[in-house]
Amino acid sequence: MSSNKKYWKSVEELNENSSIVEALQQNEFVEAIPTDEFLGDKESLESSSTSRRDFLKYVGFSTAAASLAACEGPVIKSIPYIVQPTEIIPGVANYYATTIADGYDFTSVLVKTREGRPIKIENNTDAGTNGVANARVNASVLGLYDNLRVKSPMKGESSISWDAFMSETTSKLNGLNGKAIVLLTQSMPSPSTNKLIAEFKSKYGNVSHVAYDAISESATLDAYEAKYGTRGMANYDFSKAKTIVSIGADFLGDWQGGGFESEYAKKRIPTHGKMSRHIQFESNMSLSGANADKRVPLTPSQQKLALAKLYSEVTGNSAGGVKLPEGLDAAVKAAAKEISLAGSNAVVVTGIQDVNAQTVVLEINSYLRSKAFDPETTIKTRQGSDKAVMQLVSDMKAGKVGAVIMSGVNPLYTLPNASDFKDGLAKTELSVAFSMKQDETSTNCQYIAAAPHYLESWGDVEMKAGHYSLMQPTIRPLFDTKQFQEVLMGWTGSTGSYRDYLKSVWTQTVLNGSSFNKAVQDGVFVTAIAGGRNGSNGSSTTVESTTELKDKKDRTFLGGVIHDVAVGVGIKDEDKDEYVTSTSSTTNGNGGAGVLAASGGEAARALAKSTKGGDLELSLYTKVGMGDGQQANNPWLQEFPDPITRTTWDNYITVSKADAESYKLINENAANGGLNGSYVDVTVNGVTVSNVPVIIQPGQAVGSVGMAFGFGRTAGLKAEMQTGVSAYPLYQDFNTSQDVTISKVAGVHEFACVQLHNTLMGRGDIIKETSLEIFNTKNKEHWNAIPKVSLNHIETPVTSPDVDLWDEFDRSVGHHFNLSIDLNACTGCGSCVIACHAENNVPVVGKSEMRRSRDMHWLRIDRYYSSEDTFEGDNEKKDNISGLSSSLSEFGEMEHPADNPQVAFQPVMCQHCNHAPCETVCPVAATAHGRQGQNHMAYNRCVGTRYCANNCPYKVRRFNWFLYNKNDEFDYYMNDDLGRMVLNPDVTVRSRGVMEKCSMCMQKTQKTILDAKRDGRLVKDGEFQTACSAACGNGAMIFGDINDKDSKITALKEDDRMYHLLEHVGTKPNVIYQTKVRNTSKA
Amino acid sequence: MKKPYQSLEDNPNYNMKQVIYRSLTSKMYSLCLVLLLAFSSSLTAQEGDPANGKSLFNSNCAACHKLDKPMTGPALRNVETRLSEEQGLDRAWLSAWIRNSSSLIKSGDAYANKIYNEYNGTAMTAFPQLSDENISDILAYTAEKVDPCVANPQPGCANYVAPVAGGSSEGGISNDLILGALALLFALLAMALVLVKRTLDRFADAKGLDVAEQTKRTPLWKAFAQNQFLVLVTSIIFLLASGYFVYGYLMQVGVDQGYEPIQPIHYSHRIHAGDNGIDCKYCHSSARVSKTSGIPSLNVCMNCHKSISEVAPATLAEGEEFGVDYNAEIQKLYDAVGWDGTGYTGESQPVKWIRVHNLPDFVYFNHSQHVMVGGIECQTCHGPVEEMEIMYQHAPLTMGWCINCHRETNVKVKDNAYYTKIHEELSKKYGVDQLTVAQMGGLECGKCHY
Repeated sequence: MSSNKKYWKSVEELNENSSIVEALQQNEFVEAIPTDEFLGDKESLESSSTSRRDFLKYVGFSTAAASLAACEGPVIKSIPYIVQPTEIIPGVANYYATTIADGYDFTSVLVKTREGRPIKIENNTDAGTNGVANARVNASVLGLYDNLRVKSPMKGESSISWDAFMSETTSKLNGLNGKAIVLLTQSMPSPSTNKLIAEFKSKYGNVSHVAYDAISESATLDAYEAKYGTRGMANYDFSKAKTIVSIGADFLGDWQGGGFESEYAKKRIPTHGKMSRHIQFESNMSLSGANADKRVPLTPSQQKLALAKLYSEVTGNSAGGVKLPEGLDAAVKAAAKEISLAGSNAVVVTGIQDVNAQTVVLEINSYLRSKAFDPETTIKTRQGSDKAVMQLVSDMKAGKVGAVIMSGVNPLYTLPNASDFKDGLAKTELSVAFSMKQDETSTNCQYIAAAPHYLESWGDVEMKAGHYSLMQPTIRPLFDTKQFQEVLMGWTGSTGSYRDYLKSVWTQTVLNGSSFNKAVQDGVFVTAIAGGRNGSNGSSTTVESTTELKDKKDRTFLGGVIHDVAVGVGIKDEDKDEYVTSTSSTTNGNGGAGVLAASGGEAARALAKSTKGGDLELSLYTKVGMGDGQQANNPWLQEFPDPITRTTWDNYITVSKADAESYKLINENAANGGLNGSYVDVTVNGVTVSNVPVIIQPGQAVGSVGMAFGFGRTAGLKAEMQTGVSAYPLYQDFNTSQDVTISKVAGVHEFACVQLHNTLMGRGDIIKETSLEIFNTKNKEHWNAIPKVSLNHIETPVTSPDVDLWDEFDRSVGHHFNLSIDLNACTGCGSCVIACHAENNVPVVGKSEMRRSRDMHWLRIDRYYSSEDTFEGDNEKKDNISGLSSSLSEFGEMEHPADNPQVAFQPVMCQHCNHAPCETVCPVAATAHGRQGQNHMAYNRCVGTRYCANNCPYKVRRFNWFLYNKNDEFDYYMNDDLGRMVLNPDVTVRSRGVMEKCSMCMQKTQKTILDAKRDGRLVKDGEFQTACSAACGNGAMIFGDINDKDSKITALKEDDRMYHLLEHVGTKPNVIYQTKVRNTSKA
Repeated sequence: MKKPYQSLEDNPNYNMKQVIYRSLTSKMYSLCLVLLLAFSSSLTAQEGDPANGKSLFNSNCAACHKLDKPMTGPALRNVETRLSEEQGLDRAWLSAWIRNSSSLIKSGDAYANKIYNEYNGTAMTAFPQLSDENISDILAYTAEKVDPCVANPQPGCANYVAPVAGGSSEGGISNDLILGALALLFALLAMALVLVKRTLDRFADAKGLDVAEQTKRTPLWKAFAQNQFLVLVTSIIFLLASGYFVYGYLMQVGVDQGYEPIQPIHYSHRIHAGDNGIDCKYCHSSARVSKTSGIPSLNVCMNCHKSISEVAPATLAEGEEFGVDYNAEIQKLYDAVGWDGTGYTGESQPVKWIRVHNLPDFVYFNHSQHVMVGGIECQTCHGPVEEMEIMYQHAPLTMGWCINCHRETNVKVKDNAYYTKIHEELSKKYGVDQLTVAQMGGLECGKCHY
């Protein structure tokens, strides 16, 4: 796809005007198949000795004979252990705490193993920080069973032994004659590894260690280092913020290492009539923008201006003349006003890769003394330095570097100037890459040191200052691999295992007397200093008390101004705050701020000078599915639909509708529902990436385009996974925003997009939405009314038994499961989708099947746009339509999303209707209802009529069009013995021709019940979990038993915000949704 | 793939006859024992009861000692005589050693230290609870004369079983004889009848009597074919019958009841679970907590077989009936686990058992649910395992079989706090005292299929 090479099969093809080539391309069969000749000729048919009936008889007989002959069962072997490890009981899962630290994702996780095989990643709820696995981390378990992994150390193309590897590399390292040795690694905030590297340095002398992040946070690190003296990033706790202003920071995505969404979500659920307010300024439609209460689209260069403006508005320091378009100017001013009013309850973040921008943000937050801003708990998961990497490339090119040893990096793929690096690599005397793959870099090195997966390794990470996390192996190494640290120990001549080394480092420096075994069991360890911190900012603690207001809910306000944006109405008296206006105002109390602001002012003035280069600005971003592209060979992630565009197996350039029109770029739907798009060539600074498909993205700032990293890899990947176009060549100077030119090229790209860019068109039955003001002031009937239907011309609520077609079934005895999905807390991140994939053995179907809408995801996250600026606006417009002509035209208009639409995410899985339409139409009773509320699906009974799928109003049933396991046509993980090891042994692997769907994780509820029965006790609230609810770190999905009157789920079922999807259909689902409330004063 | 079926019909030895045999041999064995006891007690001048001594020996000493072969400790046959003859040690020394060997060693006793060192410094467990009488019983047992019949049955012994050829047995021979005699009898009768008729015909001829000529009648088959009613009825019966058989054939497709594969090691549940009375869950311990009952790992076997390297002669004799040498089978275990009689060699190889009970992949069955929560006996589904020489599939394992049991079995709700509330409410709802599994929801598809 991305290749420029032209292939030809015959010389004729090179002749552009050849009619033969044309004819050949048009027709699959050059000559018509002679069907008519045979079937049309009565004589030849009659003379044929085999009639049609005979043929059918033979087919029938041979099928019957073959099937009867196949009735003998196979001989199945059972091979027990010789000595069974005490902790392993076949059929019982073990959980181990470990940590992923692949340089991009740093998360403490629990690993579920069965019979010694890791099969699923779960959140480590004991971890105070970074304990929530995102979609990539959830999918990372599949990387362990990747059969394209390097299986032993290699020298060039051939395998060698570790002994040979060690002796050859050691002698080369010793024979460098003082030439520099460079360790080029991913960010490694690991105390033990750093100590090892120090020992390596002292042994070999001229050694330098360069940390390299594929997607750089260098500007953030530089700004933080300049202000606070250590290299790292400031921590943010969004649960402490009431007003969040983000300028280009996708903090619900991968911004600054990610992991902020669960705290953010806590404050998004309206409690006591209050929730946080989130304003987002951005160019691409990001997850954060989609979740914002107010989203302002603007180009990357305007973001810098807006930040400068915001700085001057908030702090009062001049930032020089900032020229912004009028609307933007007003939006920035309004945001600044809200920040000032919220005072220390506000926080500002930015994702602009510019030291000035990052400095300004640090200044604003310390000026505000923002509670959410915590510069002391330094985030250490990014360490890369752009300058050091660039220096290394030029040194290598100059031949100054004797040996390069790489671990966890793939610079030949991720570096914008990869060819320079390649030249440099050739000039080194020794090049070693620790890699799990024969990837772009390792194939160009002299040695590939086969590295283990993180689930096979020991390790440690200091995620944030004082917050440590341990990595332990959960399976014996599958291949002949050694981890970087082990080999380092070999090179330095230390004996013993890395595990013992790690333990001794921890005992000496980290644990301070605590038990190592306990730390390994927990997976996390928090030092006393970090645990004692309250997370409030430390830079101006001396003056904090003067402006503190007395507040029941521990909130502070600046200058005694009482304000809650769009809040404060309809709040019960006891929840109201007692405000004690402090006489000492912030301006005089904040002595230090002026000094600090000087540098901030300079930075802001520098920002204000930034200008726009060309017509279009490119904003590079990462998808929650693919990240930096390390896991490109993971079919789960390839098939994971992007939360915003809902596109799978691809990346693309996102353009606004206005720009698409001016460049004549089109998106259109093919007859089969698939999305087709134009191609463009994208050029930045003379570097062109050709044939990038185009998606017209609602909400994309006019004058900007977006493109995701992580795609376009080719080395060490299965052919199916070589999707998309690499954006790294455009990532010049490690800057995510670039001036760009695009030009349309011929051709039509076929996307595999599971949801079109459709709007909700005011259908309030699907997503119920309201504003905080209405939520607080009006009663439930106004914003969450139960639909009514006409019964004998009387409006009757659809929940009434009188209008029901079915008889009610008593479900008050035993368990009755419900799943609540809070649309306010759901950020659309998609961890649940991958968790469901892993738990339920959901097959991967591939791009072409996805395009045919044959995706198998049991759980999808629908994304809806509004046609007006808000969903409320849509509703009003729909209600005001009168007459046929106006309805025809206006409904037509409403199909198109607005330029800056509101976005809503809605996870949809089987709704487990108590009155399920699918059950009544099944001719073989393969789907039936259980007393516990679950809609059962007996695969062995299903004959595949698909009536149920047709009758399902939620379209959640999935049909196995093919056999997806052990089928060469679907060469994903289920087609090799290694990949199948990830399958959950408790869930059936479905075969061709049967229907499947969400079972509400029947295997998990059954297990919980059995455990309770065996212990002879009742099930406690919170014990019941589905894969999705367990994966959701945001608390958006709560699962439980509504017959347990004290449970969380019962409270949620009674909540005013509760509604059922398409309630008017009367299906009485067991999945409930909580109305989305937006913190907007205006509807 | 051809299944290595060993159906019951193929192996007459494994059939009911083995039951007869077993009772027969055990009777002989006890007879032999009685004889032996009477014989030996009359001979030994020692006080002490060797019968009681044997049971004491088995419960206290047999883990480390054998009579004729050194194991963890020395062989003990005639230990008292040997000691007094060779070392000049009396019973007092022996009693002191048995009650507390380590103090004897510490006291510097020469022979005690010699023995101690000879057996790798392993001190013998102290048995202070054994009374003088107990010790003399045990010693009486060790002093018993070896009865050649026990160790090696031979002609003349009470327990001698003549080797039988071709798997046929006494009962079989007599049956054949009777049948043969009967057949001969019938043949003679038939011949007599033919002769009588011929004679009568000749008489009639001679007397000129005219035997009435049979009028030519329509042949039976023609009459049958002409009678449409009969044809109809017969064809209906024929159709029904063939339908019945076809249905029967189809319903047994995939049902492997009686499946009895030949296993890599001839493991006898009869000996372990039956004769020795080992609890099923001692070896299949995962049945308590897991969905699988678990094939025991070889270290579980070695818990006992570390000290049981040979079976008792009587058991060995039983093995001959099944054509198996149990000692050789134990040796197979040792080879697999890598045990050379004194220690592990580290060279092991897995035992590839052939799975007998195979549920389809789309069925979820959990042993702990049934065994622990339901309190179901293993034999309910697995049949009389304690009588099975070779494990076979007892139950059909069809869904109908599962469902029937769920309909009939009551849930064991007593003393289980989980069930208290739900049982109270449900039994009120259904108006019953005891809830069946079906009433508890055990017939819902999704409870087993997911």
